[in-house]
Amino acid sequence: MTVRKNQATLSADEKRAFTNALIELKRTGAYDRFVTTHNGFIMSDTDSGDRVGHRSPSFLPWHRRFLLEFEAALQTVDAKVTIPYWDWSADRTTRSSLWAADFLGGTGRARDGQVTDGPFAYATGKWDVNVRVDGRNYLRRALGAGVAELPTKAEVDAVLSMPVYDMAPWNSSSNGFRNNLEGWRGANLHNRVHVWVGGQMATGVSPNDPVFWMHHAFIDKLWADWQARNPRSTYLPAAGTSNVVDLHDTMRPWNDVTPADMLDHRKFYTFDTEPAAASQR
Amino acid sequence: MNKITRRQALGTTAGTLSALGLLGAAAHSATAASPAPAAPAGTVDEVFQGRRIQISPATGGGHHGGHHGADLPTVRIDGRELHVMRNADGTWISVVNHYETFADPTSLARAAVRELQGSQLAPFAPMGGAA
Repeated sequence: MTVRKNQATLSADEKRAFTNALIELKRTGAYDRFVTTHNGFIMSDTDSGDRVGHRSPSFLPWHRRFLLEFEAALQTVDAKVTIPYWDWSADRTTRSSLWAADFLGGTGRARDGQVTDGPFAYATGKWDVNVRVDGRNYLRRALGAGVAELPTKAEVDAVLSMPVYDMAPWNSSSNGFRNNLEGWRGANLHNRVHVWVGGQMATGVSPNDPVFWMHHAFIDKLWADWQARNPRSTYLPAAGTSNVVDLHDTMRPWNDVTPADMLDHRKFYTFDTEPAAASQR
Repeated sequence: MNKITRRQALGTTAGTLSALGLLGAAAHSATAASPAPAAPAGTVDEVFQGRRIQISPATGGGHHGGHHGADLPTVRIDGRELHVMRNADGTWISVVNHYETFADPTSLARAAVRELQGSQLAPFAPMGGAA
């Protein structure tokens, strides 16, 4: 069974296996197809039109399915590899071991934002940014430059205590758990982390930075934590909503999976620390 | 040296004048924007940090294949179109600052210029990135 672990607890071997699998997917071209898919959705998901991957209730089940597909791709390279999660409310500085040269490498240099250490530095020749929105083909970051602070535990807790999953108009102006977690409303959790990392992570081609997967694995864990804390709440809307993926509607691009299929993560993986209430169900 | 300094000073003045002209448009859009789905900004043509920003108001009817569903202005940086999107609350995002909202297209375009650090935008591709 796949267990997703906090990145801070990985052994040196686990870090190496994860980064090696990423580089192999990059070499075969499989990695860049995930970047293209994400950018296609982020540019076409609109508040007033059809919306699936972002700014809509299906933000969470869509990314759960997207990460499952990516994790399956990693496991074709190395069956032991799973996606670690980055709890940015705990590991919240540029000195975190996450950004060390033996894992993701650090922030970009001042001149051009280029990441110059770690396995994904341009000079390795193994991490060209091919799916891009401008001419630069090197990984960039500006940790903490776009916004000073990552979200705190208190801010996370306040969002986890919101009992209603999502609300009309089911977009970036909604109240409720989903939009406060996504960050278009309130303290701003998910969106702010993209901005804090900077570089490609702040753009539509954010999966170019491997930290994308670890950020979204934690967002996904927060969904599970929310379910454990609010056992009588569920995905909304239930049915009949135009432009929006209802509970039993299929999601593009797979067209064979619904939000209902994605509600219980334990069908696919567990976390190193499962929410207490969930393990009692 | 004097000459260079004077040329730099002239360049700065031209940029500042454009920016001042712009401020009027931005202020106007801020007051006119919030409730109406109509185009919030007028025509903009300025040089910001050495890059040319051009904004044409929405013309009515979808553009770029019509996938947006709402009228959007066209934002160009040095002639290359920048993918932009309007949020339900009237704020704006672009493909190079996709998780951060801006009050109007001009602020969005200037943020894109800062983010690009001199790089050219990739060819406009509404449904994906440049491969």
